[in-house]
Amino acid sequence: MEKRYTVEVDDFERAGAASISLKELLQKLGLAPETVRRIAIGTYEGEINCLIHGGGGVVIADITPHVITVRIEDHGPGIPDVEKAMQEGWSTASEEIRAKGFGAGMGLPNMKKVSDTFRIETEVGKGTTVIMGFSCV
Amino acid sequence: MEHSYLNSVRVNNDSCTGCLLCVKKCLVHAIRVRRGKAVIISDACIDCGECIRCCPTRAVRTLAEPLTELKRYKVNIALATPSFYAQFDGTLSASVLWQGLREIGFDSVFDVPLAGDYISEEIETFFQHYQGPYPVISSACPAVLRLIQTRYPELIPHVLPVLAPAEAAAIYVRRETIRRLNLAPEEVGIWFLSPCPAKGTNIHQSIDVAHTAVTGSLTLSSIYGPLSLAVDRIRNEKNELPEATVGTSYQLAWGLDEGELLSTGCRNGLSVSGPDDVDEILQQITLNKLPDVKFISCYICRSGCVGGPCVAVNKFVGMKNLKKRIAMRRLRERANRSEAMQAARVCDGFPASRQYIKPLKAKPAPPLAGDFGAAMEKMEQLTALEERLPGLDCGACGAPTCHNFAEDVVRGYGTEEGCIFLKR
Repeated sequence: MEKRYTVEVDDFERAGAASISLKELLQKLGLAPETVRRIAIGTYEGEINCLIHGGGGVVIADITPHVITVRIEDHGPGIPDVEKAMQEGWSTASEEIRAKGFGAGMGLPNMKKVSDTFRIETEVGKGTTVIMGFSCV
Repeated sequence: MEHSYLNSVRVNNDSCTGCLLCVKKCLVHAIRVRRGKAVIISDACIDCGECIRCCPTRAVRTLAEPLTELKRYKVNIALATPSFYAQFDGTLSASVLWQGLREIGFDSVFDVPLAGDYISEEIETFFQHYQGPYPVISSACPAVLRLIQTRYPELIPHVLPVLAPAEAAAIYVRRETIRRLNLAPEEVGIWFLSPCPAKGTNIHQSIDVAHTAVTGSLTLSSIYGPLSLAVDRIRNEKNELPEATVGTSYQLAWGLDEGELLSTGCRNGLSVSGPDDVDEILQQITLNKLPDVKFISCYICRSGCVGGPCVAVNKFVGMKNLKKRIAMRRLRERANRSEAMQAARVCDGFPASRQYIKPLKAKPAPPLAGDFGAAMEKMEQLTALEERLPGLDCGACGAPTCHNFAEDVVRGYGTEEGCIFLKR
């Protein structure tokens, strides 16, 4: 089963809408609360990245009985140095974004921490896709 | 045993007009109109009492004990909570109120703020050794606990494992009464004077304590009439009784939404009240949006317990009353919180929470089907049906939203014909 959610540009008020919908859906499927929460946190971080850096994008959840895969795609500037981006506390977010309480440089590391598999596909000038896999058992 | 006692809110079919107001208002979508009458889904109901407030015909009520129940016990003790004090002007001596309670049938009164002082200290000690996860969520409001059990089971590890002051008071006063008067447990009635349905449910169901020491609850609105008459009489007879609350002003403040936070002295805390805002804050905790906050006090009623659906006076009047009483009390204390707490520590032997508290059980809504694959199939059906629905959330089917209707159909609680648009 596939679910798609759109992430609007600079929509901080509604940031997290996709992760909340996805969380409710997974609860109804009977997934364990801790797994649901990991997915919700990872998706939320992805949504935030998507709207801060990516200029909006899409969250696609692929749901199977064994694995839930969450892809967060944007068509933003891409990440020139993935290794650096994965370091805790490293961020390219603007002062304005930081003033809103975001851009602490924890997004990607947190997404890696909560997921079972983690992959970044990125190309400078084209965009970034983060793929998180969550095992259901 | 009252095995099926899941919630305390009931609908009187004689006066229910099936108007849908409560259906729309319910945070957890636990009400449907079936055959023209509101039906509460008790598994899902968290006892917030919003339906009691909004019902135009007063058809929604809370289950609670009548005063006549007191006859079944040899000794009856009332638990005087901050929200109880809030029903009366703050300058009215507490001893007059206690005397009033005696005249309407209680043998004695226990001042819950006194237990609050003990509990606040327990909370402080708890934080000294606590390692996380943060934020810690207060366990004082049973409706919030129900919301966590049903909608946010992943947050159960965040819940403060400390008794609510009224429960600590009940355990203490029950034990002491039995010991001093040499009575059997069933001869002692400990009564919670309640502002809400949720406290009553917690007594029947003990969601966070192994065995509650409270016998039952009487709503503040139901005792207000006889008590006011008694209080007026006492005031006319003798007007110079000393103020008599025992606990500190900080504990009196627990009746207000900010009170718990202030009384625990927690610096990086947040206090939230009202169903929608509590729900939003819990959602934010789930998403790790509030990692820096240490403690969150959550009350389902706006403004805290003074704003309960079963109080007798308007919550703003109640807040005025309680703030006045707090100010009076504070005049007699030193301005300093810790000194006031030191001075208040008058009773030893309060029950340590860890001996009584039990972890909350997760009670999420059942999945669409027992097996993940089957649940996915039902979810596909749900999505397909929802696409055919108008999305107006008109409520004519008796469900609050088209989504709820689709889910009801998929779960087998209704048929497509329930939707007037699909029937056309």
